Amino acid sequence: MVQNLGYLKETPSQTAGPYVHIGLTPNFGGISGVYERDLGSSMVNEKTLGERITVTGRVIDGAGAPLRDALIEIWQADAAGLYNSPSEMRGAADPNFTGWGRCPTSAEDGTFVFETVKPGRIPFKDGRLMAPHITFWIVARGINIGLQTRLYFPDEAAANAEDPLLQRIEHRHRAETLVAGGRAPNYHFDIHLQGEKETVFLDI
Amino acid sequence: MSDTENRRPETGAFFQRDRDWHPPAFAPGYKTSVLRSPRKALLSLDNTISEITGPVFGHSILGELDNDLIHNFAKPGESAIGERIIVHGRVLDERGRPVAGALLEFWQANAGGRYRHKKESYLAALDPNFGGCGRTITDENGSYVFRTIRPGAYPWPNGVNDWRPAHIHFSVFGHGFAQRLITQMYFEGDPMIWKCPIVGTIADARAIEQLIAPLDWANTIPMDARAYKFDIVLRGRRSTFFENRPEGN
Repeated sequence: MVQNLGYLKETPSQTAGPYVHIGLTPNFGGISGVYERDLGSSMVNEKTLGERITVTGRVIDGAGAPLRDALIEIWQADAAGLYNSPSEMRGAADPNFTGWGRCPTSAEDGTFVFETVKPGRIPFKDGRLMAPHITFWIVARGINIGLQTRLYFPDEAAANAEDPLLQRIEHRHRAETLVAGGRAPNYHFDIHLQGEKETVFLDI
Repeated sequence: MSDTENRRPETGAFFQRDRDWHPPAFAPGYKTSVLRSPRKALLSLDNTISEITGPVFGHSILGELDNDLIHNFAKPGESAIGERIIVHGRVLDERGRPVAGALLEFWQANAGGRYRHKKESYLAALDPNFGGCGRTITDENGSYVFRTIRPGAYPWPNGVNDWRPAHIHFSVFGHGFAQRLITQMYFEGDPMIWKCPIVGTIADARAIEQLIAPLDWANTIPMDARAYKFDIVLRGRRSTFFENRPEGN
């Protein structure tokens, strides 16, 4: 026998289910009067620094249909590459930018929209700079554990080419699944759950 | 200031997730997962600053009744119908340390098993005094508490005769975005837990048991509400001592 390490096990995930809106975006889901506004519905204000961008997209299932009951959260650095988080030790982020957004996909056509700013670059562990990116987290009915991925920008080819995460993708054509379409300031990012265009998801 | 507020923020990477403890993406017993499950291997990578950091939420976002589902949608002087319960517990990390300031959001069906949602078609009645959502933020010990009514079980279209056991959905933020978690809490003694295809997406019975809240008789309030205790564990993080960073620990 040896000593017990004493670590606890992480609570297992369960699907967010079809009624995730009740809990996370109740005003969107038709429950008004409990919360003043849905959390994460606005990331910027008139004083936010940086280049304003819009990211729209869909989450597409293995039969090619967009998910109309998914919920997306994004997390990103501000225009200077700093996160609005107590764990950010490199400096103070823009106080007028939350860095975090939440958007349900539309019940009509499955689209999501985020109004945000283009993030700055952030160092990887070894000091190399990562390319500008936005973390995506996707939950929905039928998704048993939240799916994490990243959006990279199509107009950052040089930075993308040296990005440590993108470089880790063995099959080079799959790296393209993380690069948004469109052009500044309107980007488009479709997330494919399955099939030839399956997005690279992260165990991170 | 509390001890937690004085403590320097931790910036270590999170422990690797034990994906065998979680349900797999593809779990054919839960039919909707079949077309919504990635089939290719995940790209595994140690955390970067993008995952180590995460949003935090101040108590200023909370309304007075946010953690009282019995009253937060009810007309003045009225309350939701159902068995009055208190759900409480702690949010810890895998190292057993309390996670202070964690935002918890929860949602559930009413006492009859009906959700207040436009896509919901179960014939059980809506309760005009029950909305079904609430939220709170853990204190410096990682503790939280809310009041609600015990949700009902309900049927759902998967197999011909599949029913969900009574459950409460939880969404949890820790201190880093890599800790983000959504799960469901079940109730001690419910025989339907072991018949549910969504519960059954989890392979290990011990992992399922981690989602079952025991009746907490000691904290039950006489003549008012029974208590259930539900502790939540988020990914632990390595001390920065193990991070090989120039600034050290």
